[in-house]
Amino acid sequence: MPEPVLRFEHVTVAFDGNPAIEDVSFEVGHGESRVILGAAGSGKTVILKTSLGLLRPVAGRVFLFGQDIANLPEKELFGLRARCGILFQEGALFDSLTIEENVAYPLENHRRENYPPDKVRSRVEEALRFVELAHTLEKFPSQLSGGMRRRVGIARANITEPALVLYDSPTAGLDPITANNIMSLIVKERDVRQATTIIVTQRFQDGKIMAKYRYNPATEDLEAASHNGDALVKGIQFLVMKQGRLVFEGDEGALERSADPYVSKFVMRD
Amino acid sequence: MLDFLKNPVLSIQEFFVLSGRTIKNLAVRPHYFNDTLMQMDIIGVGSLPIVLLCGFFSGVVMALQMSRALQTYGAVGQTGPIVAITLVRELGPVLTALVVAGRNSAGIASELGSMKVTEQIDAMRALGTDPILKLVKPRLIATCAMQPCLTAISDFVGMIGGYLIAFFLLRITTSEYWNGAYRTLEYDDVVQGLLKPFIFGVVISLVGCFYGLRTTGGTQGVGRATTQAVVVAIVWIFVLNAFITKIFVSI
Ligand SMILES: Nc1ncnc2c1ncn2[C@@H]1O[C@H](COP(=O)(O)OP(=O)(O)OP(=O)(O)O)[C@@H](O)[C@H]1O
Ligand SMILES: [Mg+2]
Repeated sequence: MPEPVLRFEHVTVAFDGNPAIEDVSFEVGHGESRVILGAAGSGKTVILKTSLGLLRPVAGRVFLFGQDIANLPEKELFGLRARCGILFQEGALFDSLTIEENVAYPLENHRRENYPPDKVRSRVEEALRFVELAHTLEKFPSQLSGGMRRRVGIARANITEPALVLYDSPTAGLDPITANNIMSLIVKERDVRQATTIIVTQRFQDGKIMAKYRYNPATEDLEAASHNGDALVKGIQFLVMKQGRLVFEGDEGALERSADPYVSKFVMRD
Repeated sequence: MLDFLKNPVLSIQEFFVLSGRTIKNLAVRPHYFNDTLMQMDIIGVGSLPIVLLCGFFSGVVMALQMSRALQTYGAVGQTGPIVAITLVRELGPVLTALVVAGRNSAGIASELGSMKVTEQIDAMRALGTDPILKLVKPRLIATCAMQPCLTAISDFVGMIGGYLIAFFLLRITTSEYWNGAYRTLEYDDVVQGLLKPFIFGVVISLVGCFYGLRTTGGTQGVGRATTQAVVVAIVWIFVLNAFITKIFVSI
């Protein structure tokens, strides 16, 4: 059996003795997707940060690409993090750097191996074209709108073509049109590169897009996955967090059928 | 019972952990030369006007005050040596450090604090950069390199301030003032006058970085971190100054 990309084993993360997540266990296999739902403060961001070793568990073990990172020294984590991309909830673009420098930032740390300096610029342009922001190269993050910053964040998260990409609330606070655009970008990134994807969101529709649509390179657009013969995208599971605990894990059908009042609040039936 | 001591002691411990990690990493690659140069510009060149002003006027008031005191002994001619000694040993290093602490400990703490609360520090770590190497080290090196220079400049400008008073108000000749000053200054005055700013540079930068990097609680937290950084840096400057002075006096 191949190694899961990410595995949580009874993980507890606490701040000053107050647990933010408690006894959380799940795993994500190669090429699979997870959609994490949950109320504000339920620990979704903490899960993502713990996955990359930005936060350390007080109990339990976290395996990233098969390696136990719970107590790994920061220096050794860098090699693993180089294979991951992350979009932070507030974007976390470096506001002293231009958009071009922001998107190029992850490449600086791999430069010698994969990206010689003369290739960086064309790679950055390509990544920004992918999110339809090729004209913003010289601007600063403060000069862009919230939705544009989010897209720059997506470009930065994906520029090294990481095997695992984490998205923290990519659509929060955006109008429905921009939100759907962003979701299709995420699906596009996922399907073009077969990247393992974990997305935190408050919108059930985002999860549905992840589960029901895939990117068709021929038409350069999303299409319902059932057109290809199978009903749903494979390997996608929903996780629901409640006050630091994982209260639901299953596919979209199970989520929609769930009788738990908390879980079913996240399901919007249309 | 000693609970109220817990937080300060923990902070001091964390501060030494950060300092230790930074110093251990001084020789570790990558060296962010551009960041270091930029910090030198911000900290050194940026502080120059206020340091000049401060140095000049401390020289002026030293000369004025000392001339009053010296008059009673009929020793106004000693103004040059006294101004030189007080500036080089104490006023230059301490006043410059206080000014730079107010300017740059605050600047560093608020910059790193904003980066912390907007998750930019996390982003940096996630994207494969060690904030110690990228943020703390350049600031430490830049401050330690610039602080002695700033102090030397401040001392010199202070001497000029003292000279103007001595020459125009006290009617001391140019050669009497400068020769007196030059002859009084000894090797260990200069050593302590340059060692102090070097150590203050360590304090100013590391305290700023420490409070910046541990900021929590949004924009309000940034304000708190900035204030704390300045206050703590100033306290440390006074305390360390007393220690260093004691050591040099005993030698
Ligand atoms: N740096 C921190 N210091 C102290 N407590 C924290 C910290 N980060 C998170 N917490 C706590 O951990 C809990 C989970 O926070 P988390 O940020 O994961 O919520 P979330 O599910 O991402 O919520 P939202 O949807 O609002 O982003 C919260 O109770 C929060 O107060
Ligand atoms: Mg969150």
